[in-house]
Amino acid sequence: MTQAQQAAIEGWYTMDQDQPALLGSRCESCGTYSFPAQYSFCRNPDCESTAFSETPLSRKGKVWSYTNASYQPPEPYVAAEPFVPFAIAAVALEHEQMTVLGQVVSGVGVDDLQVGMEMELVLEPLYSDEEGDKLIWKWRPAA
Amino acid sequence: MAENIAILGAGMHPWGKWGKNFTEYGVAAAREALADAGIKWSDVGFVSGAATMRCGYPGYVAGATFAQALGWQGAEVNTSYAACASGSQALAAARSKILSGQCEVALVVGADTTPRGFLAPAKGYRPEDPDWVRFYLGITNPTYFALYARRRMDLYGDTLEDFASVKVKNAAIGSANPRARYRKQFSAEDVAASPMVADPLRLMDICATSDGGAALVVSSESFAKKIGKADAPRVAAISTVTPSFASAVVEMPDIATDSAAADGIEAQSFRALLPVKAYEEAGLGPEDVDFAEVYDLSTALELDWIEDLQLCERGAAARLTRNGDTKVGGRLPVNASGGLACFGEAVPAQALAQVCELTWQLRHEAGPRQIDGAKVGITANQGLFGHGSSVIVTR
Repeated sequence: MTQAQQAAIEGWYTMDQDQPALLGSRCESCGTYSFPAQYSFCRNPDCESTAFSETPLSRKGKVWSYTNASYQPPEPYVAAEPFVPFAIAAVALEHEQMTVLGQVVSGVGVDDLQVGMEMELVLEPLYSDEEGDKLIWKWRPAA
Repeated sequence: MAENIAILGAGMHPWGKWGKNFTEYGVAAAREALADAGIKWSDVGFVSGAATMRCGYPGYVAGATFAQALGWQGAEVNTSYAACASGSQALAAARSKILSGQCEVALVVGADTTPRGFLAPAKGYRPEDPDWVRFYLGITNPTYFALYARRRMDLYGDTLEDFASVKVKNAAIGSANPRARYRKQFSAEDVAASPMVADPLRLMDICATSDGGAALVVSSESFAKKIGKADAPRVAAISTVTPSFASAVVEMPDIATDSAAADGIEAQSFRALLPVKAYEEAGLGPEDVDFAEVYDLSTALELDWIEDLQLCERGAAARLTRNGDTKVGGRLPVNASGGLACFGEAVPAQALAQVCELTWQLRHEAGPRQIDGAKVGITANQGLFGHGSSVIVTR
């Protein structure tokens, strides 16, 4: 990783270039996961736990659904000039029993995706500025 | 089963992009509802306002704002904020006040003036706010609608033509609704020619935001009888339940769903749970429903709602629409008002506007939009932060 690459959101994922992972939390009492991580209460109505640990979430999951963003989103989205449409996927993580949204890597669109397809987590620039690339998690069809 | 309350009057300020203060729309709707009910403003004991929240926008004091604009007369007031379900929650507050014997007649009002352009969060670097995060990632409201639509295509074989047919249907009937904002008929070709916003949804698949106001005058059944309105439509059920854990469908503005990993926890769908309490409360089932007003934020979402209300099997709503079952004159008309496709969304007024349409249909006053023999109508909507509602009105 070069010095010019920074996280677009600090602390939400590891910056491991080969095997990045989202950093969620896990309730030490009932095993419920949360993303983004939260450490003060458990959302499980049957659980009053106050103990949580940070945990990397599964790096692979299956497409729950997907779309292309054909219109330039408003701020705080930082758009390239000209705007380049991109795909978004909701990916279901088997172990955590939860679905996580994310952009799909550049060059992959709705025509390349299907519900149930296996995806893996990678890092790619969300945008770049004078300080360098700001990296975010993205979903990529699994090799 | 809960006790019913009577709907004595309904009123609306037409939807549009009028750019006036929201109070004006609320007052116009309230006056129309009072006149419709034959009730004097001074006889209203409780004003229940439906509110919205935006930076610098005083909609959050809706109950008192409407009461002041109509002229202070000492009524008690309440203000409800529940995103798209605000109107139903305000109606529920009025029902509680009436059924507990604390007032005889209540006025329920919701009105909105929407800002121009995209609804976007406050600026800065604020990752603790899920609404900020999703916009930062380029995830807009239509993104969520598109995810639901695309899933229908892959799971059930729905097509872009199916989605467009919802717009064509709603535009056809909504063009006959004088209170609707968009009163133009559209063809499938028109929809197909509109720009792609969030694949598979085009601009004409997605609803706009509008200005508008809606109001209801409600009372106890005994009061309705006393003033000769024993046959007024009845509110038979109001469901404003939260989701149940684990909410497994990704919802605006979240970046992830709940986790259903814990023992004994199952994945749940909020939309599907909303009408369950309504049916229970009314002592009715989906087989009793004659027509529905559902929240078609997108064309495809109307199809999801039809299934969530259990009006057909999961995955069968596109076929229902293709058969013409959901148009006025069909077996089970959906959005005979023209729906959000023709109105655009005026958040705190919209859930009440749905009940207004039910009221007029049940009184056989819907003119060219009239559904023959309508006896039981149901509404459904869902908005941000775990808010949603379903109301059943009978006559």
